[in-house]
Amino acid sequence: MRIIACIKQVPDSEAKVKAEDGKVSWGDAPLVINPFDEYAVEGALQQKEALGGTVTALCIGPESARDALKHALAMGADDAVLVSDAALAEIDTVGAARVLAAAINKIGGADMVVFGRQTLDNGSGLTPAQTARVLGWPMLGLAGQIKVQDGSVTVDRVIEEGRQTVSAKLPAVLSVVQSIGEPRYPSFMGIRKASKAEIPVWSLSDVNETAPAPVVTRIELMNPPTQEREVEMITGESPAEIAEKLADKIFAEKVL
Amino acid sequence: MKTFVYIDHFKGEVQPAAWEALGLAKIFGTAVALVFGTGLDEITKAAFEYGADEVIVVDDSTLTDYRAEPYASTLSALASSSTPDLILFPATARTRELAAMSAVDLSTGVLTDVAKFEMNGEQLVATRPIYEGKVLEKTVCSGKPVMATIPGRAFPKPEHVAGKTGTLTKAAAKTDALTTVQGYSASESAVNLGDAGIIVTGGRGVSNNPSLIPPAGMDEKQAEVWRAQQGFALVTDLALLLGGAVGASRAAVDGGYITYSHQVGQTGKVVTPDLYIACGVSGAIQHIVGMRNAKIIVAINKDADAPIFKVARYGVVGDLFAILPALTEVLKKKLGK
Ligand SMILES: Cc1cc2nc3c(=O)[nH]c(=O)nc-3n(C[C@H](O)[C@H](O)[C@H](O)COP(=O)(O)OP(=O)(O)OC[C@H]3O[C@@H](n4cnc5c(N)ncnc54)[C@H](O)[C@@H]3O)c2cc1C
Ligand SMILES: Nc1ncnc2c1ncn2[C@@H]1O[C@H](COP(=O)(O)O)[C@@H](O)[C@H]1O
Repeated sequence: MRIIACIKQVPDSEAKVKAEDGKVSWGDAPLVINPFDEYAVEGALQQKEALGGTVTALCIGPESARDALKHALAMGADDAVLVSDAALAEIDTVGAARVLAAAINKIGGADMVVFGRQTLDNGSGLTPAQTARVLGWPMLGLAGQIKVQDGSVTVDRVIEEGRQTVSAKLPAVLSVVQSIGEPRYPSFMGIRKASKAEIPVWSLSDVNETAPAPVVTRIELMNPPTQEREVEMITGESPAEIAEKLADKIFAEKVL
Repeated sequence: MKTFVYIDHFKGEVQPAAWEALGLAKIFGTAVALVFGTGLDEITKAAFEYGADEVIVVDDSTLTDYRAEPYASTLSALASSSTPDLILFPATARTRELAAMSAVDLSTGVLTDVAKFEMNGEQLVATRPIYEGKVLEKTVCSGKPVMATIPGRAFPKPEHVAGKTGTLTKAAAKTDALTTVQGYSASESAVNLGDAGIIVTGGRGVSNNPSLIPPAGMDEKQAEVWRAQQGFALVTDLALLLGGAVGASRAAVDGGYITYSHQVGQTGKVVTPDLYIACGVSGAIQHIVGMRNAKIIVAINKDADAPIFKVARYGVVGDLFAILPALTEVLKKKLGK
């Protein structure tokens, strides 16, 4: 099995992110592997363990994104590829999907490409299905469980209404959710291996793509309105008294 | 402006946000509802009654179960031939894929989870959350049609006019399916957090009632889960009384107290109910990003310094095992139930 896990680098979820001078600022918070993509790496590694083969971590991003790829290597990925090009600074998800598909082809294809559910920064969750469409491969989204047998993959899809079991022939594109299992911590050996790894950096021309012109563009950044109301603490002698006062407050808000 | 509204449904059950999208389309101009699947008479009728000027029905056995590829190809073909300016979708697991794929086919883009639309001359400008809602962006899509998904409860539901009709068009399906649906199991409790007007959430605190004595023979972990279930029973009682849904923090999900479909937050659902009651939830940033836009937040926590109080409108410092039953009791009386 040749498995590719697509990952992105994003500011840590604890970061105080805000709009500042028309740019997104996250202060000195660290950049980390997108948390959802840790599940993608975990899902990919589980399949490698079950079936043998290799896991390649793939990322489009600036040079700094090497660190996110190193995290995937430390978790147990066999190798990593960074696609980095100044022309990719403003790509939208369709553009990212085209470039990922081109990189997947250049890697030599795969039996399975595993994505996270969505990125923390852009958060659209569009890229997996768009990459599948560009490749012409089946899309199995939001997998909470993956099973490969006889050239087919079956997933339990976690959707609003419950769980749906869906299968397709390989090669296929998958995205995974948290039910896949907690991402493993990098092992000591893994960290050592990752720190020594040479990560190839491909430009757009290396993957035979031209710069995709973004169709979706940002025209303004804003900070959400700040909460102007203070919390009102409800106190009383007994739970019953507190409950009575709280119930009155809730009624007065007309939300029931 | 002509807008396609994709009426997302699961086994005939329509996502309420689909009607909200239809209401929005009517404000922009002509609303054409798209209904895919089999046995679609009820949904078609409802689409007219919620305001569709035209309903395009694609009834084909290939489309019985939602599958990404034939649904996307069918949608793309319809959009190519009747050139809408805008395609709106209720934001669901299905439409995220469907819109994504059609955008590739049509060389356009998708604006996801749009909270607000405005016109800038001829151009539609969408406001949407990024970085988990810590920042908002205004975005535009230069492709045509513009495609956008809207979360539940972001836009008003249009009026339902019984008996209203309009133009009914039948269209052919594309049948390029690449996947097979093998089966389905409903979640134990139907949780549709995205559409819930009231959510009562339990955190790790629901397991913290040392005075509850678990049945004999349980090990420590089993006893913890057992206690948590007693706690969640109180959470559920209140949710049921108020006609709301049950939410959970990740600690509660990871602890095995309740299933993942209930999780609110960064790796769960982002919700915007009118009332959110957080019980035994500390208020980690990853939880807050999922619920801070609720209209009224009530927090019940033992710890007066818990960060959840920073986003709450009303707070109670106390034991949820004492406060929750009392609150349910009082509300029951006040609601006359
Ligand atoms: C990448 C990432 C993604 C994450 N995504 C999510 C997510 O989507 N959703 C999410 O919720 N978390 C998420 N988390 C986890 C998050 O950081 C917190 O660990 C989690 O929210 C804590 O859950 P909790 O508040 O239930 O538990 P705790 O933090 O343990 O808080 C329990 C609270 O209950 C109170 N308490 C205890 N007993 C009682 C009692 N009897 N009565 C009243 N109060 C009581 C305590 O005072 C405490 O404040 C994520 C973390 C990471 C790193
Ligand atoms: N720049 C990128 N490089 C590699 N994979 C990406 C990139 N952007 C997004 N992805 C993948 O696509 C998923 C969804 O991203 P998004 O559509 O931006 O929410 C992520 O969880 C990643 O698996």
